[in-house]
Amino acid sequence: MKREKILEVKDLEFSFRTYGGVVKSVRNVSFDIYAGETVGIVGESGCGKSVTAQSILKLNPEPPGFFGEKSSIKFKGSEIVTKTEKEMRVIRGKDIGFIFQDPMTSLNPTMRIGRQIGEVLKGRMEGRENLSRAQIKERVLEILKMVGITDVEKRYKQYPYELSGGMKQRVMIAIALVGNPSLIIADEPTTSLDVTIEAQILELLKDLQERFHTAIIFITHDLGVIAKLCDRVMVMYGGKIVEKGSVEDIYYQTRHPYTVGLMNSIARLDLDKSVDLKPIEGTPPDLFSPPVGCPFAMRCEHAMKICYRKLPDYFDISDGHQCMCWLQDERAPRIKLHTQLMDKGEE
Amino acid sequence: MAELKHEKNDDFEIVGKNITQMESITRPSLSYWRDAWRRLMLNKIAFASMILIGIYILLAVFVPLFSKYGYADVDSEKMNLFISSQHWFGTDSIGRDLWVRVWRGARVSLGIGFISAVLNAVIGSLVGGVSGFYGGRVDMVIMRIIDVLYGIPALIVTILVMVVLGSGINSLIIALIIVGWIGTARFVRGEVMRLKDSDFIAAAKILGVKDFQIIVRHILPNVLGLIITNLMMAVPNAIFREAFLSYIGLGIAPPECSWGILAKEGAKMLRVYPYQLFIPAFFICSTMLAMNLFGDGLRDALDPKLRGTE
Amino acid sequence: MAKYILKRVLISIVTLWVLVTVVFILVRCMPGEPFQGEKMTPEIKANLEAYYGFDKSLPEQYIMYVRNLLSGDFGYSMKYLNQSVNKIIAQSFPYSFDLGIRAIVFSVSFGIIFGIIAALNRGKKLDYLCVVIAILGTSIPDFIMGAILQYLFGIKWGLLPVAQYLGFRYTILPAVGVGFYTLAMVSRLMRASMLEVVQQDYIKTAKAKGLSKAEIVCSHQIRNAITPVVTVLGPVVASILCGTFVIESIFAIPGMGKYYVESVQNLDYSLVLGMTVFYGSFLILSNLVVDILYGVIDPRIRLQESR
Repeated sequence: MKREKILEVKDLEFSFRTYGGVVKSVRNVSFDIYAGETVGIVGESGCGKSVTAQSILKLNPEPPGFFGEKSSIKFKGSEIVTKTEKEMRVIRGKDIGFIFQDPMTSLNPTMRIGRQIGEVLKGRMEGRENLSRAQIKERVLEILKMVGITDVEKRYKQYPYELSGGMKQRVMIAIALVGNPSLIIADEPTTSLDVTIEAQILELLKDLQERFHTAIIFITHDLGVIAKLCDRVMVMYGGKIVEKGSVEDIYYQTRHPYTVGLMNSIARLDLDKSVDLKPIEGTPPDLFSPPVGCPFAMRCEHAMKICYRKLPDYFDISDGHQCMCWLQDERAPRIKLHTQLMDKGEE
Repeated sequence: MAELKHEKNDDFEIVGKNITQMESITRPSLSYWRDAWRRLMLNKIAFASMILIGIYILLAVFVPLFSKYGYADVDSEKMNLFISSQHWFGTDSIGRDLWVRVWRGARVSLGIGFISAVLNAVIGSLVGGVSGFYGGRVDMVIMRIIDVLYGIPALIVTILVMVVLGSGINSLIIALIIVGWIGTARFVRGEVMRLKDSDFIAAAKILGVKDFQIIVRHILPNVLGLIITNLMMAVPNAIFREAFLSYIGLGIAPPECSWGILAKEGAKMLRVYPYQLFIPAFFICSTMLAMNLFGDGLRDALDPKLRGTE
Repeated sequence: MAKYILKRVLISIVTLWVLVTVVFILVRCMPGEPFQGEKMTPEIKANLEAYYGFDKSLPEQYIMYVRNLLSGDFGYSMKYLNQSVNKIIAQSFPYSFDLGIRAIVFSVSFGIIFGIIAALNRGKKLDYLCVVIAILGTSIPDFIMGAILQYLFGIKWGLLPVAQYLGFRYTILPAVGVGFYTLAMVSRLMRASMLEVVQQDYIKTAKAKGLSKAEIVCSHQIRNAITPVVTVLGPVVASILCGTFVIESIFAIPGMGKYYVESVQNLDYSLVLGMTVFYGSFLILSNLVVDILYGVIDPRIRLQESR
């Protein structure tokens, strides 16, 4: 029953040296990704989700960025953290594809679409066959069709400015997909798109995944998108994963006050209008000097003395559902956390 | 979870959130100009450049006043003398003291540079400001004129004006202004148009603030930094132009002297008495260098995006 | 694209027309009798009158003058018999053109290379070296640069010829003298542009594709960083031209600049005006070419303009 584990992230720590000091963007993050599944990482801006995603491909600039000593990222059993740039090139684009947030700026404005996609396949495909020019073109046209672009011969020769936003994001997906990777990392791929286009792109990703059984790490700040697409969710806050579990666990058995806050911040049509949206007050912690205790304590209405002093451990809620919060400790007062979704589930 | 046993039970008492602590202001706030000044002073290169220019200005003012030689005094017995205690920079081919001539030239060159740059900034800002603020037909007419004027090469215009007006300090300043204000007007207009559409101006308008007040209170302080930076960058350009025009014989007319004239006269003697060129050349280059570096520093200091950084 | 070019051409024509009209008005407004000199002979006077038509009414003079220009006749010298502007241009322009092209090729190519080297070695010694060269270059006026080069390489060390224009060795010092300022400007711009492009998202995309550093630099970074450099080619032509004025005098090269400076010093106004109109037209046309080139290189410009 157990599927193949393709990515194993353990104690990942990533920091940046800046003039103001060292920013600890990601602190002790651990998670596994299995073949063919979709995992969402959710959190607000600056919580470290993008840095986590980019460190898997070592895309963060080093220096000023650097990995923590104990950090380990194993892709199909081989360690990524210690790999050289040259070794990484073989993995990037071929084993792991990456979709960036803003398709408007992520495509080279002075290069034709076809060449930008074809580049992934060019040369040095160690352990793989070297493709001829014609073969590359054929493959690019094929992938363009797959991501739902019509009139591919014409598009092949166009420049990015001639394409709409949604079209550009399809091209970005094609770039991520053309090397036939077993993992795709999508860093907020729909944030900068219109809602209607967003729906199309999500549909496309879901569709492609079913066809190729590629695992996807999907980064977003939108819980709605996660519900549509993902099997499992990790909620990040202040550079740490504060709660992770299956989509059902997170949505209906919410345990962490931050996740509760996120849930209550979503505007929804199907729920009672008389209930006000509850924003989370305050701002995320300063990662120059992260608090010693729970990073969320200062914004948490249930914060206890210990929360300010000591970082909580992960508490197992059920199989695969973990939560980093002192409220789960047996000595903590029993607080009834609730979201509208949970209420609805109980009705 | 054995270690957790050490925790006391009252550690689990709920104390709630503590938002105020996170949002306390950690840095004293400085006014824009004071912050810019602070950062300019911290920039060693810009500071040194400023001191150098200051020294040049002082020497330009006082040396010709107190020297025992006049800048145009010819002494046929002391031609082409090398640097000595009598003549600190030596004498030229007709026996004029170069130390005095250099600082007399500095007066003219720096004077032309600063005066024309200031006038450029004033005229350009007025035209650009009016054009950008009022927009519409006024803007369209002004912009068409500016577009065409901008297309005529500045060098050609300056030369034409000099040919018609004849050489001299005044005609040089006029020539430099005729080509100089256009650039200022273009960028001030762009900046004003951008600001005009910004939300804080809209807010001021809704509150019933008069046009004049909006310009003085809201738009001017935001554009002033850029105008000043631009002005400082225009000074070395004007000095360069003056030197060039004097060099080809269209700028200052002898016996009045400027750095350009000195370089021109020195170049004639290059093979025999190279110091006669290299001394004025040194002052032209060091002034240009200092003005450029100071302008760079000023631009960084006045850039609102860099506020609060070191 | 056609619309873009058409618009540029129209603007250039209007600018040209304004230029010649302004020159006409200036000639008519010159204080006193501009065309009077001690050397003026009856023959020269007849030439000038035939060209400017002083005896006719102003509108007629204007039409005559524009017609002359359109037929490529730039006027006559008021100092020397039978020296027409056209004749001088025909003799001297090839020298200036040759020098100008050499200076542009030298300064733009080395400027771009220095800029790239500096940006790729950011914060290292090589970068500082390039930055220092760039700052010095923009602070030394070309006539001083020319004189220094002539003194050091020609007079003091005797490595290169100090005057005239007879072969490749003769062209080195003048071309460097004319182009050094531009080299500095281009390298500064290229460096800034490279450093800006390296922060762009598409560079990260390229990295995520598994391209090597060399591939990213060559096919993504440089290509995009070069576009802003093309925009300054217009000013570059103007500054190179300005440089030829003084450098030609310093190195005794029989180019247009040398004649120009001489005619200024001889107070030969009609010659100066004729050459000025020629220079002005040349610069306006070269700006037009640069604008069109820019449209070809950056496809986005065409789109913006035609909207």
